Amino acid sequence: MKSSNALWKDALSGKMPENLAREVDIYETEITLRKQGKIDERLFAETRLRRGTYGQRYDNGQRYDGTKFQEIHYPSGELTKGPNTMWDAPGMQRIKIPGGGLNADQLETMADLAEEYSDDIAHITTRQDFQLHYIHIDDTPSLMRRLAAAGITTREACGNSVRNVTACPYAGVCQDEAFDVTPYSRALAKFLLGHPDCQNFGRKFKPAFSGCAQHACGLTNIHDVGFIASTRVENGAEKRGFQMFAGGGLGAVPYMAKLFDSFVPVEEILPLTQAIARVYARLGEKKNRNRARIKFLIQDLGIEKFKQLVLEERKTLPYDPRWTDFVKDAEQFTEAPLAAGGESPSTDSAGFKRWLATNTRPQKQPGYVVVTVALPLGDITANQLRSLADVVRRFTKETIRTTVEQNFVIRWVSQSDLAEVYKALEAVGLGDPGAGALVDIVTCPGTDTCKLGISSSRGLAGELRTRLAESSFRMDESVQHLHIKISGCFNSCGQHHVADLGFYGVSRKMGGFAVPHFQVVLGGEWEHNGGSYGLPVVAIPSKNIPQVVTRLTERYVADRATGETFKDFVKRVGKVELKKALEDLAKPPADPTDPSFFSDWGDPREYTLGDMGVGECAGEVVSSVEFDLAAAEREVFEAQIALESGEIEKAGQTAYHSMIHAAKALVKISDPNISDDPVQIIGEFRTRLYDTQKFWDPYAGGKFANYLFDAHQKADQAYTGDSSRYLIDEAQLFIDAAHSCYNKMGTTVGV
Amino acid sequence: MSSPINLQHVNVKLLAKNPEQVDLEPLIPVFHNWIEGQIFEELLLDVADYRHVQAGPGVVLIGHQANYSVDNTDNRLGVRYNRKAPLEGSNQDRLQQAARAALTAFERLESEARLNGKLRFNGQEIKVYVNDRLMAPNSDSTREALKPELGAFLGKLFQGSEYKLSHGSDPRSLVAVEVKANRAFSVSELLANLAS
Repeated sequence: MKSSNALWKDALSGKMPENLAREVDIYETEITLRKQGKIDERLFAETRLRRGTYGQRYDNGQRYDGTKFQEIHYPSGELTKGPNTMWDAPGMQRIKIPGGGLNADQLETMADLAEEYSDDIAHITTRQDFQLHYIHIDDTPSLMRRLAAAGITTREACGNSVRNVTACPYAGVCQDEAFDVTPYSRALAKFLLGHPDCQNFGRKFKPAFSGCAQHACGLTNIHDVGFIASTRVENGAEKRGFQMFAGGGLGAVPYMAKLFDSFVPVEEILPLTQAIARVYARLGEKKNRNRARIKFLIQDLGIEKFKQLVLEERKTLPYDPRWTDFVKDAEQFTEAPLAAGGESPSTDSAGFKRWLATNTRPQKQPGYVVVTVALPLGDITANQLRSLADVVRRFTKETIRTTVEQNFVIRWVSQSDLAEVYKALEAVGLGDPGAGALVDIVTCPGTDTCKLGISSSRGLAGELRTRLAESSFRMDESVQHLHIKISGCFNSCGQHHVADLGFYGVSRKMGGFAVPHFQVVLGGEWEHNGGSYGLPVVAIPSKNIPQVVTRLTERYVADRATGETFKDFVKRVGKVELKKALEDLAKPPADPTDPSFFSDWGDPREYTLGDMGVGECAGEVVSSVEFDLAAAEREVFEAQIALESGEIEKAGQTAYHSMIHAAKALVKISDPNISDDPVQIIGEFRTRLYDTQKFWDPYAGGKFANYLFDAHQKADQAYTGDSSRYLIDEAQLFIDAAHSCYNKMGTTVGV
Repeated sequence: MSSPINLQHVNVKLLAKNPEQVDLEPLIPVFHNWIEGQIFEELLLDVADYRHVQAGPGVVLIGHQANYSVDNTDNRLGVRYNRKAPLEGSNQDRLQQAARAALTAFERLESEARLNGKLRFNGQEIKVYVNDRLMAPNSDSTREALKPELGAFLGKLFQGSEYKLSHGSDPRSLVAVEVKANRAFSVSELLANLAS
C-alpha cells in the first residue's frame, strides 16, 4: 500500500544482514508469484505465516454489522493470501524478540513501523513478541527490511516452526536465579532459527528459559521445551546446567511439562533440543493439527519412551561446533550499568511511593533496581516507544526487555535515578503503578482482531482495568497481587489457565439469543513457572464478569486463612461453594429486553441480533436442548470435584458421561427418540452432526467431536490422574462447542 | 532551491475545542454505524479502541484506503484522516482530498446526537503530516519542499486569510506542520472554500 514500498530495498542496501535481506527478497518473490497465481494459496499461507504474517478478523470478506452479514468488497477482488483469506484484508504482523531483549534503536524502529504501517500502536504479547495490527500484506516486505536493518527477523514467528525463545526478563539481575540464562536462550534461538531439522513439524514448538523454579517469569511448565537453570559441583568446581522439561503447553487442553532430565550440562542443551526436534518432526502427528503438538506425542509415548528415543537420536547427530562455541562466552556474559549504584530515594509523593512499591524490584547487584513499565492491555504508542528509547539511553546501557505479562522491564537503573526515571515515564503516560498486580491484566487480542475470538477479552480487560485502576490500591494487600488473565476463546493465548482469576470466551444462548460469556477458571498458579492449571467452574455472561471479580476477591479477603494463597483458598473453600456464590450471575438479566446484555464489552453490535429471526416453533426444542446442555455442564463440574477429591475413576467416567449427555442433547433435535445407549448416541452424532460438519468449528474443524470419539473409544479403560484431568478439559470444550453448534443451528435450522 | 516532493499518505488533523469535555466512548457505536452504512468513498472495516493509552490514537475507524480517528496524539485531541492507499493526481489534489475527508468526518461528528455537541472544531488549528519517512523524511529540506505546496493549499483553504506555521523539534517524528489560522473558521466554511 505504501508508495515507498519499491524504494526500501535500495534504501537499506548494505544495512541489512545478508541472510535476512535474502530472506525478505525470497518472500517478496513469493508474494509476486502468488499474485500471478503461480503459488497455491495454502502453500502461500504457510509461507507468510512462517514470516509472522497472520490473518485477522473479517479477512474472509464478511463482517457482521449487528443486524446482518455484509460482504466486504476489497479492491483486489478474489485474490487470496490463504484459504478464505482475502488479499487486501488487514492482517497482523508478529515480530519475534528472543528473550524480549531490545535496544533503543530497535524501539524506535518499532515506533516508526507502528506509525507508518499500523494504527500507531505496538502490542506486546504473552510470549515477549511484538504484534502490529491492520497491516496490508503488500507492506510486509518493507516492514521486514526495516526490521532487518535493526537486526530483527520475523522468520518463524508463526507457522509450524520454532517460535520465539522466551526467557525470564530478570535474567542476570534476579536475586533468586542460579545463573543468567540470557546467553543460553540466545544461543538456542540462533541455533534453531531456520535449522533444517525444525522445518517439518506438524505444529508450533515453543522453548522457554527460567533462572529459577519458584517464580513465574519463564513459565517453563507451559512450554514444549523448558529449561530451568541449575548448578552442581563436579570435581570441586561449580558446573552450569539446566533442569529440562518437555511436553508442556496450554491451548484448549493444557498439559504440564514433564521432567526430561534433572540436569543437562550447558554443552548439551543445543544438541538435545535438536534431537527432540528430530523426534518430533519424525513421529509427531501431521494430519490432525489438533493433536500435533509435542505434548500429545509425549502423552502417547510416555516421557520415558520419548526420552529414550531422543537420546538414541542424539547419538546419531553429526557433530556441530555451534553446540558448544557459545559456552565460554556465555559464562563471561554480563550486562553493565551506565551509572553507579545509588540509594533508594525518599519521597512524600503518594504516586511515586505507590509506583516504587509496585513497579520496582531490587536487583541482586546492590544499588540497582529493575523498573517495570506497565502497559495497559500490552499496548504502547509510537511516541511512547520513542520516549522509552530516550529513557533507556539516558539511564541505562539500553538494557530493556519485554515480559510475558505484556510489559517492559528496564534493568540496571541506579536507585539514585529513580525519581528522574519516574518523572520521565510519567510525563509520557508510562508511569502507571500496579505492575504485576490485580490491575495489570493480561489479555489476548480476542474478538478485537483475532479470527478465533469468541468474546471480547480486550473489552473486558479494559473495563476491569478502568474499574480497578484506583480501587485495587485500596483493596486488601492480599488481593492486590492476584493475577487476572483473559483469553477470547479456549486457545489460551491470554494464559488463563495459570491465573488466579482466569477467563476464557464462550457463547451461550439465553432466551433464544446468543450472549457472550466467559468461563471462570479457578485453581491456576502463576508462580513456580505456571505451577498448576485451573479448571472452568461456570460460564458467566460477559457483562457480569466484573461482579465475579468483586465477589471472588471480597470472599477471599473475608475468608482467607493467614498467609493462604488464592489457589489454596480455592482448594479449601471448594469449587462447589464458589460456583454457588456465582450462580445467580450466570442467569439471564432481570430485564430481558436490555440490549446491552446481548452485546460485548467495547463492541456495541448486538451479539445476537442475527438470531432474532428464530421462529417460535423452536421454543420447546430450545428449552430442552438448553436444559440438557446445562445438565452436561453440571456433570463435567462434578467430574472436576471428583478429581480434586482423588476419585480419579469417577472423575473420568463422569466427564465421559457429560460428553455423551451433550451429544445426545444435539442429536435429540433431529431424533427426539434417541435412546440413552452411548453407542447409538455416538453413531447418530457422527451421522447427523459430524459427517454433515454441522458440529464443526469454523477454525478447529472436527477437533471437539474427536474428543468425544476418543473418549468413547477409551471408555472401558482405567483412568489415570492425567487422563481424567485432560478428559475434563476436553469434556468442557466439547460442551462449549455443543453450545456453539446449537447457537448456529438456531440461525440456520429455521425451526 | 528544494527538489520537488511527491506527497502521498497525507494526514490531516483538525483540532478540537474544549477537548477535556469530549467523551470518546460514544464514538465506538458511531463508527460502527458508519461501517454499517459504508458512508464514505473509502471501504470501512473495523473500529479500534485505544482509549486506554495516554496521548494515543483514541478511537480509530479502520478503513482500507484510509483510517479516520478521534486522535489524542501529543495530548491534542482532534479528528484525523490518515490516508493509507496512494492517490493519483497532483500534490494539491492529495492535500485537498485529505483535508476534505477530515472536514467531512468532523462535520458529521459535530452533528452526531450521541456526542451531545461536545466534539467541535476549534476553528483555527490544523496539523498536516506526511506518513512516509522514506518519501518525506523529517528534515529542513522536506519542509522547504513542502512550503510552496502548503502555501497553495492553505491559500485555498483559508481563502487568503493569514495563518502561522510551526513544527515540532523531534527529528524522529513524522514530518508535520502545525497551521494556526489568524481567525476562526467553521467546518462548513472550510469545506466550501475547498469546493470553490
